[in-house]
Amino acid sequence: MTQDNRLPAGGLIDRSRTLSFEFDGKTYTGHPGDTLASALMANGVTLLGRSFKYHRPRGLLAAGSEEPNALIQLERGAHTEPNTRATAIELYDGLNACSQNRWPSLKYDIGVVNSWLSRFFPAGFYYKTFMWPERLWMTYEHVIRRAAGLGVSPRLPDPDRYEHRHDQPELLVVGAGPAGLAAALSGARAGKRVVLVDENPQLGGSLLGSRDTIDGQSALDWVAGVRAELAEHPCVRVLTRTTLTGYFDYNYLIATEHVTAHLGPQASDDLPRQRLWKFRAKSVVLATGAIERPLVFADNDRPGILLASAVRTYQHRFGVLPGRRLVVFTNNDSAYSTAIDAASAGVAVTLVDCRDTAGDAAERGADAAGVTRMMGSAITGVSYRNGLQSVDVMALSADGTRVDGPVQKVPCDSACSSGGWNPAVHLHSQAKGKLRWLEDTHTYAPAACASTMPHSSVGACDGEFSLDQALNAGWAAGGATGPAPSAERVASIGALRPLWVVPCDHPVGEGPKKHFHEFQNDATAADLWLAQREGFESIEHTKRYTTTGMATDQGKTSNVNAIGILASSRGITVPEVGVTTFRPPYTPLTFGAIVGQNRRHLFHMVRKTPIHDWQADHGAVFEDVGDWKRARYYPKPGEDMDAAVRRECQAVREGVGLFDASTLGKIDLQGEDVAWLLDMLYTNAWGGLAVGKCRYGLMLNEHGMVFDDGVTTRVAENHYHMTTTTGGAARVLGWIEEWLQTEWPDKRVHATSVTEQWAVMALNGPRARAVLEALTEDDVSNDALPFMGFKEIQLAGVPARVFRISFTGEQAFEVNVPARYGRFVWEQMVAAGAAHDMVIYGTETMHVLRAEKGFIIVGQDSDGTMTPSDLDMDWIVSKKKADFLGKRSLTRSDTSRDGRKQLVGLLSEDPSLVLPEGAHVVSELRAAPPMPMIGHVTSSYFSPNVDGGRSIALAVIQGGFKRKGDWVDLPLIDGRRVRAKVVDPVFVDAAGERVKS
Amino acid sequence: MFLISCPWCGERDQTEFHCHGEAHIARPENSLEMDDAAWGDYVFFRKNVKGVHLERWTHDHGCGRWFNAARNTATDEFLAFYKPGEAPPADLERVS
Amino acid sequence: MSRYSVFSLVRNAFSYHQNWQRAWRSPDPKREYDVVIVGGGGHGLATAYYLATECGITNVAVIEKGWLGGGNTGRNTTIVRSNYLWDESAALYGHAMQLWQGLSQALNYNVMYSPRGLLHLAHSVHDMQEIQRRGNAIYLNGIDSEFLSPEQVREMVPFMSMEGRYPVLGALLQKRGGTARHDAVAWGYARAADAAGVDIIQNCEVTGFDIQDGTVTGVQTSRGRIGAKTVGVVTAGHSSVMAEMAGFRMPLESFPLQALVSEPVKPVVDCVIMSNGVHAYISQSDKGELVIGASSDAYNSYTQRGSYDIIEDTLQAICEMYPLFTRMRMLRQWGGIVDVTVDRSPIISKTPVRNLYFNCGWGTGGFKCTPGSGHVFAHSLANGDMHAIAAPFSMDRFNSGALVDEGAASAVAH
Repeated sequence: MTQDNRLPAGGLIDRSRTLSFEFDGKTYTGHPGDTLASALMANGVTLLGRSFKYHRPRGLLAAGSEEPNALIQLERGAHTEPNTRATAIELYDGLNACSQNRWPSLKYDIGVVNSWLSRFFPAGFYYKTFMWPERLWMTYEHVIRRAAGLGVSPRLPDPDRYEHRHDQPELLVVGAGPAGLAAALSGARAGKRVVLVDENPQLGGSLLGSRDTIDGQSALDWVAGVRAELAEHPCVRVLTRTTLTGYFDYNYLIATEHVTAHLGPQASDDLPRQRLWKFRAKSVVLATGAIERPLVFADNDRPGILLASAVRTYQHRFGVLPGRRLVVFTNNDSAYSTAIDAASAGVAVTLVDCRDTAGDAAERGADAAGVTRMMGSAITGVSYRNGLQSVDVMALSADGTRVDGPVQKVPCDSACSSGGWNPAVHLHSQAKGKLRWLEDTHTYAPAACASTMPHSSVGACDGEFSLDQALNAGWAAGGATGPAPSAERVASIGALRPLWVVPCDHPVGEGPKKHFHEFQNDATAADLWLAQREGFESIEHTKRYTTTGMATDQGKTSNVNAIGILASSRGITVPEVGVTTFRPPYTPLTFGAIVGQNRRHLFHMVRKTPIHDWQADHGAVFEDVGDWKRARYYPKPGEDMDAAVRRECQAVREGVGLFDASTLGKIDLQGEDVAWLLDMLYTNAWGGLAVGKCRYGLMLNEHGMVFDDGVTTRVAENHYHMTTTTGGAARVLGWIEEWLQTEWPDKRVHATSVTEQWAVMALNGPRARAVLEALTEDDVSNDALPFMGFKEIQLAGVPARVFRISFTGEQAFEVNVPARYGRFVWEQMVAAGAAHDMVIYGTETMHVLRAEKGFIIVGQDSDGTMTPSDLDMDWIVSKKKADFLGKRSLTRSDTSRDGRKQLVGLLSEDPSLVLPEGAHVVSELRAAPPMPMIGHVTSSYFSPNVDGGRSIALAVIQGGFKRKGDWVDLPLIDGRRVRAKVVDPVFVDAAGERVKS
Repeated sequence: MFLISCPWCGERDQTEFHCHGEAHIARPENSLEMDDAAWGDYVFFRKNVKGVHLERWTHDHGCGRWFNAARNTATDEFLAFYKPGEAPPADLERVS
Repeated sequence: MSRYSVFSLVRNAFSYHQNWQRAWRSPDPKREYDVVIVGGGGHGLATAYYLATECGITNVAVIEKGWLGGGNTGRNTTIVRSNYLWDESAALYGHAMQLWQGLSQALNYNVMYSPRGLLHLAHSVHDMQEIQRRGNAIYLNGIDSEFLSPEQVREMVPFMSMEGRYPVLGALLQKRGGTARHDAVAWGYARAADAAGVDIIQNCEVTGFDIQDGTVTGVQTSRGRIGAKTVGVVTAGHSSVMAEMAGFRMPLESFPLQALVSEPVKPVVDCVIMSNGVHAYISQSDKGELVIGASSDAYNSYTQRGSYDIIEDTLQAICEMYPLFTRMRMLRQWGGIVDVTVDRSPIISKTPVRNLYFNCGWGTGGFKCTPGSGHVFAHSLANGDMHAIAAPFSMDRFNSGALVDEGAASAVAH
């Protein structure tokens, strides 16, 4: 293919190099500087996609990020990206693009039957049908889902990476058109730290598609001068290919820099695909320009009909025009430049103006360029067959509601329209800024800002459409003194005639021709009226009912037209209709960019103990507990978890075992009021605890429910060491700090997390002391270090704190050494233990051993709805203390009632059957659910140590204490019906002798 | 994303902080004499004003301190930041 | 009400859809109603519908300060499920689930209830214990519930990352769980309630309650006083504001909750997937958008905005679980105001003011219960006594401590 539509000269493209690319399997060529859209236009390709609902053929509407139609599946395989706007894709060599939402091909699309049947598919038709029979909805839905959607989601892992950067500019300028460049230059000269962002590859904005002059030079030269000066300022950062997409509270803004989009999949792996910028800006200047809106005329969606400004941009920026015979349809003066510029390039231009007269300069320019003008006229029809053939033009009535007279057929191969300009108020609106309606230009412009997001809007995005004013406003916003740049030519849209719906030869909505205001979602003026007729009067209802503004362009070209159509049909003013909210992001934002580098190993931290690597080297199987990796069991060759755990459990009870307990939460408490604090935090009394002694405690929240437990030890006169559950460490420290800082600031306590400062090794079993004694000269006999005692010793040459506390009911020593010695001491213990056949065990065995003793795990056997009484732990609730956290709640009517769930043991009838954790006890066994539940199994294991090996379980059951000895039923989800006996939850050494040995 | 001014550290991103709801709730000293309703009020009921809300924040990823803020929940505008134990600024207009 | 059907659609097509009736009238408020419902969201409209169609009370007004369904009804992620732990919750949400079935036919409005299956993932031993406890409870409450092995999960969702930072150890499947079209629920109830005689009054803000001798007698509104024998307040995030007007407090806090959708693509996610450990959930709308939500922000606000870092955290979780979505794009992001109770269960209750009832505290999960909430609330208002299913959700529970603590039992809020 040759680039037939490429003009012989002009455009900011590099004609010395030719790039080749593929669209729907055919190969074309373009030049560096092209977008996919401009290259396709150069090659005469106008049919680019199919619409969402009716599958109507669609081509380009715009030249920028507001494009609703030309959505492309870019690249294949792992690099594929659906719904990419052809106007935003910079051409690179080898680019591969496919059209979307068509089958079997773009030209012959079966979905086009929807278009033939479109009469039966008005807005919201799906709410009125597909209801019979009920069971078929899932089938209907299946078909609807397949017809809907646009492109195709990637199916392979993303080969690219993304990153985040932060910046705190004094002045953030969004948009590098004339106003934005003036603001950035002004800010730079005023010495501010400036960041200037623009979504295009080059600076210049609207100047790139114009022939204006500034400060006596061509606009492009002026832009080049500004660019050079900004590059000189060390505190100015200019980011091109960067779209400011989100404006959040307190001037927090995010922007996406498309780092490799212009390079394609061949880009170097060193570069991130996109870089997300997070700005916290002192001041923000929005210079985002304006977006042209199309006129809503009959069959205005046909491929080859663009926005007038887009045609001008294609001509000046890319050196391409959509055809040789162009019809320009307008209600304002701005489109005259399009007509004049195109005519100057040798195109036959007919200008259809719905007004009787235009501005003097516009009319003179058009006439001089040889443009045929048809005033007071409107396009009433479009003839399209594999390309635009002609448009019908008729005279428009004075009130704009009718067309009269003979139909004039104007042959053409391309057309464009201008219905006026919408300031790009999206970011202002995201920032909760208010809008005001401009009566002269018939458009919304920014009004007051929210106090939390102060900013200014300058230039076209402020509703100021002349170049001179844009430069002035931008300059003033930047803060420099000195004269602003000035423009020679003042562009204007002149006197705009609002014409929200262009009539045609049949009543709009009551004939074959369709008047689209919303292209991608196929919403027409008739749909808007239907919504009104059916009572969906609120603009938000209309939007949702007709899906106006809900397409991937978020209504950039359609929203104001929709509001105008509603206002004119209801005979009210536009502001009375109201506006919908623009939501972030301005243009769709890649998930990967939002995620940034926080993937895989950087997604969520993993905490490892000092002994982790040793455990990994020795075959440990790990489990996740909170953020921690904990060794769950250590299988020997051929062992599964059950076998390994049985072996480990038996070995601890019969000999000795070593367990890494480093993940336990540890809080160092110092100060003269620690004992007072402990009395408030725990349910039991702490006054009498001697130095060198440990005590177990339960913590309640103010609701009276158990939320943590642990052992606290008095290390010295005013120095305590508190342990918490692994998962509760941060919560408990926060709890302590909250009370100390907000309620008891006069109490003298310092609380410090020392969880990671100590490696903790638990030696458990009848031979635990023997292992310890092999490594220390200090006296660790039962007299010197009795149960619930504490001592500091030298262990393997390392200073160690040893606590005689036990979570297994065995003789036990919890050895704490500074974390950096953890692995060394561990290895010394392993070596010393060899003589005693010591086993290394993990959390699973720990769970079994503690369950054998009926020790609870907070969060497993209790769930935030259990009081100490419920857990049969009344013994730990002081009756004497005047107060402690949660005390009052224990006597509320519900907490003190009978029939609460209480902790008991369960023994299944079949001793080999391990009850599933989470199985429920029912009060009445029925053939099928529902069955009334009275409790559930909280912990359940096979214990090799009970009755020579059998299953045991802990459960919470309503009135459980009184049910001991009863048989209860547990109907399982797999259909099995199991019986178990309610027993005391202590299965081993009920007298508690072993722990004191 | 708020910009929060810790009374000890100055302005920082919201991500460094956590909010803990209504401020200035004193823990009852006579809880054992309170009826269930009064105690329930203390445990479960929090002000939920649309307007100026006095609330507690912690600078978790910073100094770790608790402090109070006055924020208009209808606009998310912060009106004051102050230390625990201090009274809220007197001139906070109630907005709703 | 002219019935909707494929035939009415064809018939109207030939008159260019000029003859469709209003879905609901736009009446001026009468001087007095038997029941005034404050709040025109899904729950309020459903209440009015059941009052008129089941309780024989048709002299009912629904008063909405903005537009119908403009609050959380139109801002949620449209998930429908009833996989709750406690019996009280199971009864309430199970009741709703029964009403979802056949709702389109009952309302003559396609609410697109799509029982496509809902997966709740477990990532740790603790998660497994939690879903097993909950799954068994759901099963014994007579609600469909099934455990899936990692292999079965992989079969249902082949692109899920099973071995990442949060490995998938299993899942709980509720086959009747799924989605429904949120706007259609509000509009369908509104149209059917209107047809049954209910006055739906939009753009009418309640500014106060008329209370005489401890009994409510009407409401003051921006359109004047409206008398009422009974008033039901169903105003979600603004319930505390309403309670303050009536002179009492509600144990609620209003938090921002955010959600987002991607650009539409062809079907890729065929069920709803959520998990406790990774705070994000995902489904795909019939239009093709990935619908994604997460936890609420943790500060009180009425601004319908949240903090951006929540979006970032949410998408990190989504991309960790479903790495193929990193090249997908976020199309729209928004927030709502959710009224949250301490126990993460709703309040359906009498109040200190006679004949004034509140239905609130649905937190992050009210949409799924729209039919059930409206149904039990309507019967409670009609009888002057709380429906048996609603009774445990009285605000008195915050005095006695008899919470329905879905939060403590670690069901993540949705």
